[in-house]
Amino acid sequence: MSGKKHLDEITGVETTGHVWDGDLRELNKPLPKWWLYVFYACIVWAFGYWMVYPAWPTLTGYTKGYLGYSQRAEVTKELAAAKAAQDKYRVGIAASSLSDIKKNPELFQFALAGGAALFGDNCAACHGRGAQGGVGYPNLNDDDWLWGGDLEQIHTTISFGVRSGNPNAHDTAMPRFGLDGVLQPAQISDVANYVRSLSHLDVDTAAASRGAPIFAEQCSVCHGTEGKGNTELGAPNLSDAIWLYGNSQETVMQSIRTGRGGIMPAWSERLDPISIKMLALYVHSLGGGQSTPDKSAPADAPK
Amino acid sequence: MNAMDSGNKFIIEPADAVGRSAAPSKRGGSGSGYTARSKIYPRLARGSFRSIKWAVMAITLGIYYLLPWIRWERGPGLPSQAILLDFANQRLLFGPIEIWAQEFYYVTGLLVLGALSLFLVTSIAGRMWCGYACPQTVWTDLMIAVERFWQGDRNAHMRLDAQGWTFERIWKKTATHISWLIIAIATGGALVFYFRDAPTLASEFATGTAPTIAYVFLGIFTLTTYLLGGIAREQVCIYMCPWPRIQGAMLDRDSLFISYRDLRGEPRGPHKRGESWEGRGDCVDCTACVAVCPMGIDIRNGSQLECIQCALCIDACNDIMGKVGRPSELITYTTVSNLENATTGPRDGLRIIRPRTILYSALIAVVGALMLWSLTHRTDFDFNVLPDRNPLFVTLSDGGIRNGYTLKISNKLETSRHFTIRLAGLQNARLQYVGFETSDPVIDVGPAEVRALRLYVSLSPSARAQLKSDLTPVIITVVEDATGHESARSTTFKGPGQ
Repeated sequence: MSGKKHLDEITGVETTGHVWDGDLRELNKPLPKWWLYVFYACIVWAFGYWMVYPAWPTLTGYTKGYLGYSQRAEVTKELAAAKAAQDKYRVGIAASSLSDIKKNPELFQFALAGGAALFGDNCAACHGRGAQGGVGYPNLNDDDWLWGGDLEQIHTTISFGVRSGNPNAHDTAMPRFGLDGVLQPAQISDVANYVRSLSHLDVDTAAASRGAPIFAEQCSVCHGTEGKGNTELGAPNLSDAIWLYGNSQETVMQSIRTGRGGIMPAWSERLDPISIKMLALYVHSLGGGQSTPDKSAPADAPK
Repeated sequence: MNAMDSGNKFIIEPADAVGRSAAPSKRGGSGSGYTARSKIYPRLARGSFRSIKWAVMAITLGIYYLLPWIRWERGPGLPSQAILLDFANQRLLFGPIEIWAQEFYYVTGLLVLGALSLFLVTSIAGRMWCGYACPQTVWTDLMIAVERFWQGDRNAHMRLDAQGWTFERIWKKTATHISWLIIAIATGGALVFYFRDAPTLASEFATGTAPTIAYVFLGIFTLTTYLLGGIAREQVCIYMCPWPRIQGAMLDRDSLFISYRDLRGEPRGPHKRGESWEGRGDCVDCTACVAVCPMGIDIRNGSQLECIQCALCIDACNDIMGKVGRPSELITYTTVSNLENATTGPRDGLRIIRPRTILYSALIAVVGALMLWSLTHRTDFDFNVLPDRNPLFVTLSDGGIRNGYTLKISNKLETSRHFTIRLAGLQNARLQYVGFETSDPVIDVGPAEVRALRLYVSLSPSARAQLKSDLTPVIITVVEDATGHESARSTTFKGPGQ
C-alpha cells in the first residue's frame, strides 16, 4: 500500500502494509530461508519428475518420461502374475470332471470364487447380480430348472445356450397357439384357467374343466399330463409355485397366444472351458443345484 | 493485539509480539520476505531439571532401543518377539496379546488414550511433552550433548565457529557429524526391529541379506533423525510441528508453564557484590537463562510460542540466584492465576481439579474401561453372519422359502480347530452347507485362518406358517467342539410376509 514501512505501535514489528476495515493490519512474519530453499528444491524436483515420469498431455497422447512408467503396464504385470499364481488351480479344473472338482475343497473354493466373478461379468446383466432373475430370465437360486439342474445339465446349458443358434443349443420353444390359429381366444382362456388350477390358483372352475381336454390334446405332449414339465424340452413345470413370466390369467393367456422363447447365448463361443466349468459349479452352488441326474424318475416329475 | 496489557502478558504469543531482546533477529522488520536462521549455542545447564531430563532421556532411549530385543515365547513356528508389528502377516503382537488387522480398533483406542493423556497432562502442567518426552526434544538433546562433547560448551563452540576453516574446526565438525550419523543409523535400525524379528534382522543386516524395505526404512529414519535432531532442531518445533498451535486449546489460567516473575525480577540490571538489593529487582541480567535455552529465546519476554518448557532456564537462573544470594525460583513453573495474584515463593497454589481436567480424566477412564472390557472379553475365535441381500429370499418350486447366509469363522489361534453350527428360532428348518453333504457338518478352520461358508436355510410350505412377518429373528451359534465355547449372532429369516 504505502511506500514506506509501517511499524506496529504495540510490538514495533513491521506490518505487511495491508490494511483492512480501516485499522486491521497484519504483522510481517517472514518464513525461514530454509523453507524458501526447500520450496525451490521442490520446483527443481518437479522438473526432474516431468523428465522421468509421464507428465504432460500432448495432442496425440502424453509425454512418457525416461522411465517409461505406466500404471496400466504395472496392472497388466500384476494381473499376469495373479493369473500365473492361479495356474495350478486352472490346470486342476481343466483336468477334472465337475463332480471331482466338487470333491476337492481347494479346487471347489477356487471355482466358486472364480465363478462368482465370471457371473458378475457375464450373467448378471440378465439374471441379476444375485442370480435372482426377473420376468423372462430364470431365477437361478431356486430349485426349478427349465433344462435340468444337475452339474452336467447346467454346464450344457451354459456352454450351448438356449435357442442361441449354436447347433448343440436347447432349441425347442413354446408354439404360438393363438397367433398361428391353433386355438381360439375362448379356448385359450379356458386352457389358461386349467393351467392355473394346476398350481391351485383361484380360477373359473367351469372354464378350467373346459380347458382340461384342450390341455390334454395340445399341451401335455411337452408339459406332461399333469403339467409337471419336461427338462428335455425346456417345458416348465406348470404345477409349482415358480412362474417365469408371471401367473396372472392375462400373462398365462399371452404365453399361450404368442408362445415363449427366451434366448440365452452359447457361452462356449465366448468363454474358455475352464471359465464355463467354474460358472457351472457356481450356479449349481446357488442353492437349487440338484445332486445327481435323477434318471430313475419320470422326466416330468421334479424332485 | 494488546499483548502489553499486563493481564494478557502471559498468553502464548509468537515471540515477536512481545519483542525479542536476546536475539534481535531478522524476523520482522528486515524488509526481506524471509529470515535467516540464527545459530543457537545452548550452554550446558546444571540442576535438578537437567538431571530429570537426563533421566527421562535415558529411560525413553532405553525403552526405544531395547524393547524389540525382549523375547516372548509363543510356541513353535511363531515369532518370539515381545513387541512385534508384524505387518507382513497383518497382526500386531504385544506380549500375550495378538491383534489382527480387523481388530485395529484396539490400536485406535490406544492412540485415543494417548491423545487424551496428552490433553490432561497439558492442561495441568503445560508443555511437559514438548519439554521432556517428545522424540524431537530427546534426540535434539542427545545430538547437542554429542556436539558439546566434540566442540565444547557454548563459549568454546562459538570461538570454534568464529575461526576460519582451521584443521581443528574441520576435524571437530567431522567427528560431530559422524557421531550424529552413527546415532541416526542406530535410531533407524532400532525402528525397523519393531517390524521384523530383531535378531534375525540384525544378522540379515550383518550379512547384507535383509529385505529391501528394511534398508529403505533404515535409510529414511537415519536421514530424518540426522536432519531433524542434528540439523533442524528448534526449527522443527517452531515451523513444522502443529502441536504447539493445538495445545493452546488445552491451556488455561491454571495450567503450569515456565515464567519469569517480572514483579520480583524488575527492574533488572547488573549487580555488584555488596550492593543493596533495595529498589531493584532480583534479575542481574546475566542472560544465563538465554544462554542455556535450546530454542534461543529470552524467557523474560513472557510466554512464547517457541518455548518448549524444558525448564533449563530455571536451572540456570537458580544457579545464579544461589551465587548472588537471592531466593531461587525467579524463573519457575507457575500459572497465569498465580502470576496475577502476584504470589511469590516456590509453593504457589496449583488448582488441578477443574472442569477441563475432570472432563479429560473422565474420558480417559471411559475409553480405558471400554478397552479393558473388550480386551478381556475378546474370544480366541470370531464368528460373523452375513445374510444374503440379493435376493433377500428365494421361493422354491413347492412354495417353500429359502434364505442364504454367508458365515465367517476366524480362528485366532495357531492350531487347527473344529466347529459346529446351530440355528435357533425356526422349527423344521432344513439346513444345507455348500460343499458339505450333511446338514450338521464339522467345520475345520486352519491355524489363524478365516473360513467362509455358505448356508441355505429352507422352510417347507407347511413350515412357512410359523413366519409371522417378513422378518423372523433367528440366532446362529458356532460352537467349538473341543472346548464347548460358543459365539452367537442374531440375524433374520426373510420371507414375503403374510
